[in-house]
Amino acid sequence: MDEYQVIESKSPVFYDKYERKAELQHQTHYCPGCGHGVVHKLIAEAIADMGVQDRTILVTPVGCSVFAYYYFDMGNVQAAHGRAPAVATAVKRSNPESIVIGYQGDGDLAAIGTAEIVHAANRGEKITIFFVNNAIYGMTGGQLAPTTLVGQFSTTSPWGRRPSNEGYPLRMAELLATLEAPVYIERVALCDNKNIMKARKAVRKALELQRDGAGFSFIEILSPCPTIWKMTPQEARKWIEEKMLAVFPLGVFRDRKLAPMADGVPQTTVTKLLGLDKPLEVVTRPMAVKDSQPDLTVKIAGFGGQGVLLLGQILAEMGMREGREVSWLPSYGPEMRSGSAHCHVCLSKERVGSPVIEHPDVLIAMNEPSLHKFSKMVEAHGTILYNNHKLPAGLPPCEAKIYCVPASEIADGLGTTKATNMVMLGALLELTHTLPRETALALLKAKVRNVKLLDVDCQAIDAGMACLRKQLGSSTDAHAHDGELAPCS
Amino acid sequence: MAQARGKVTIDTEECKGCGVCVDACPPKCLELLPGLNPYGVHPARYTGMNCSGCGICFYVCPEPGAITVYRLIAPKVAQPPMEGSHAATL
Amino acid sequence: MRQLCKGNVAIVKGALLAGCRSYYGYPITPASEIAEAAAEYMPQVGGTFLQAESEVAAINMVYGAASAGLRVMTASSGPGISLMQEGISYLAGSELPCVIVDVVRGGPGLGNIAPEQSDYFALVKGGGHGNYKNIVVAPASVQEMADLTRLAFELADRYRNPAVVLTDGFIGQMMEPLELQAVESVQPEKPWAVKGTRETRKNLIASIYLEPDELEAHVRKLEEKYKKAAEVESRHELYRAEDPEVLLVGYGITSRVLRSVVDMMRKEGVRAGLFRPITLWPFPAEALRHAARRAQMVLVVEMSTGQMVEDVRLTLDGRVDVEFYGRTGGNVPMADEVCKELTERMGMTAEWGV
Repeated sequence: MDEYQVIESKSPVFYDKYERKAELQHQTHYCPGCGHGVVHKLIAEAIADMGVQDRTILVTPVGCSVFAYYYFDMGNVQAAHGRAPAVATAVKRSNPESIVIGYQGDGDLAAIGTAEIVHAANRGEKITIFFVNNAIYGMTGGQLAPTTLVGQFSTTSPWGRRPSNEGYPLRMAELLATLEAPVYIERVALCDNKNIMKARKAVRKALELQRDGAGFSFIEILSPCPTIWKMTPQEARKWIEEKMLAVFPLGVFRDRKLAPMADGVPQTTVTKLLGLDKPLEVVTRPMAVKDSQPDLTVKIAGFGGQGVLLLGQILAEMGMREGREVSWLPSYGPEMRSGSAHCHVCLSKERVGSPVIEHPDVLIAMNEPSLHKFSKMVEAHGTILYNNHKLPAGLPPCEAKIYCVPASEIADGLGTTKATNMVMLGALLELTHTLPRETALALLKAKVRNVKLLDVDCQAIDAGMACLRKQLGSSTDAHAHDGELAPCS
Repeated sequence: MAQARGKVTIDTEECKGCGVCVDACPPKCLELLPGLNPYGVHPARYTGMNCSGCGICFYVCPEPGAITVYRLIAPKVAQPPMEGSHAATL
Repeated sequence: MRQLCKGNVAIVKGALLAGCRSYYGYPITPASEIAEAAAEYMPQVGGTFLQAESEVAAINMVYGAASAGLRVMTASSGPGISLMQEGISYLAGSELPCVIVDVVRGGPGLGNIAPEQSDYFALVKGGGHGNYKNIVVAPASVQEMADLTRLAFELADRYRNPAVVLTDGFIGQMMEPLELQAVESVQPEKPWAVKGTRETRKNLIASIYLEPDELEAHVRKLEEKYKKAAEVESRHELYRAEDPEVLLVGYGITSRVLRSVVDMMRKEGVRAGLFRPITLWPFPAEALRHAARRAQMVLVVEMSTGQMVEDVRLTLDGRVDVEFYGRTGGNVPMADEVCKELTERMGMTAEWGV
């Protein structure tokens, strides 16, 4: 009796019985002579030989191979039409030790999923994509594919593909080979024994490259679809050789190593990152709120670059450190980009209701258009701080009291126009007395690292306070501070 | 006639009768059965002669487990193990 | 400690504390600060931030990371959310938990970038194809942006379903004090995930059920899950709503305007109260029925032409007059304006504002 050894048999990477399939669980759902089964076997063989079955994850497409998870005994993720490269991107990044395979047909990859494949390739995702190109839509019954040949009939190109209407077949391997990141791109064909064995080598190489962490690999496989092509399996293989190879030449389009790249992001913990490990640098005074103190609403408006938004943030942060409820609401978007900016700040003993201020107690108008635009909104008993010597002509009458604070000029005098907003902050502090100067100084000290700038900011605050105090004149409020101001530093 | 160096078994339940293996077999030792299997196709079978054990039929067959290829263990004659036309060396 | 924080940034801080280390997204005003904060934070704590080529790709990356069992999120605004709807349907169909933030802007189409509440239908009622629900939470402050994002991750995992943080341009852009607890969430085990291990090799993530009976069974299973969530997960907040003759209903930024309206109406001697849904799905129907039981009028205010009002009407089922007042285009209804509307509809006269 002769003794034989098994040299080729069903791969253990396939399920023994296809239990996810409703019926005929001993055979695939593919048509007789279909190329998908051949590609499946080449993948399964390579995975088994590499010993990586446990850590391999297959991302399946939409199309005939949507049910590849019936067969492959590995982690399976089924993706939406065309999205396999996006899904595979995150599957791999989430499981860096895994081998992630994207399996896609020509409709999935080259039509609806063009963006996803190009960008996954361009990012150099460490995944392998097997692109089964049979120049037709199989599962939906024979419609035109982006890879359908010129003149090829399909149910949606009944006169043959006409370049005047549908353009030309898309060569994905060549297209992706224009990118920097991919490490391996090859086109193979299932047209005869020799080419099937070449395909076998290519599939294996692509997966080995992924196993070794090399980068993005892509194998395009010209594959027969006898049913839709209306050919015998033998004719279909001949058709690949005679028709498809002329349009889709075989070969290696990319085979190179990438230089190792450093990641370069410093690492920390969430606690440190969110600042949950340290107390505030400024002393918080939660008891500072007195019931008699009114809520304060401020609108600050001007041009971008005048520190409008920052002034609002400082005001809000001061309020917060003084134990208030606060809100800061900016203008955003094109308005911001076109040059003008404003923000609303609410300081309150209670939870702040609407952060949108209809009638602010104080309007800080950093320029003339802002004054014109918003002066009428200010509360009847409210105040306007205007960034100039004198009021412009033609200002409509308003009930609010207006103080001219030439903040930009004062800031210029201190050496930088950038301190304009701090002059205004000083004027506001002097006007309202709701927030102490010391809180502003402490806050700036915590925020401004440049000692020179900090000094200018402090001087600006004091100059703003002084400017307004002069205008408030004999008002008792103007002398709320006892004695001399403490030095800034 | 020289003794076959290999043999092939075909699962007639899994085979869909596409005939690709019959065409691809270098020594032409496969054929489609004249009879139909329960699914209405003529499954492939090994004629019982001339199989070289090259394995190509396995690779061209789209079904994962329809074909199993065996090779004769020949203890008497010292031969390189991959001698012959094993498909993988093509 | 309290920190002054932008709403959009607070979302990422809440996500980090929820244990989320994966962010896939695409920039869009007024949600971009979320992506920017994630880009800064995630890689520093060993996480992933990836700016995708489109919202379509981003939501499918979320699908991939969720398949792996990671807490993962994305954020966008109306136009981007429209593109994500396909992926959201797949996530729900495949029972994958994730968090999606919609910082709503003006629509339809390109609309504008100012705040609106016009994506209620798109996210509360579905938006994608098929029988599914999103869990939807609606923050009304920066603090809630963090807290409800964290809650969204919990709910998403609890029900293996996408959870949405539905907010708007104002809550996203504004800064308020934020207090964070320094304790990170404990995440549940996810034995169903695909991790590239021997233990998870048998797992399959998919939403395809070819046989009608199989798909129906799957849809019924989802339906059961949603019924259970509807019973126990709705959340709401009341303000001076002990015995209101007029019940105001609003969520998100609008609810804050309505708080002021309640106070102003109370000063005028009108017993007004506020009902604020915190979860939009499940909609707090039982609590709303209770709050409105003695009301003569319910006024729903939204920054839309009337979306949530449909749920309020369904809930109250004709038992009380449900009025609606809405602004769109980025206009936030002002308290004065709402008071005026309300008094007019009540047949009263009063002077409001300027």
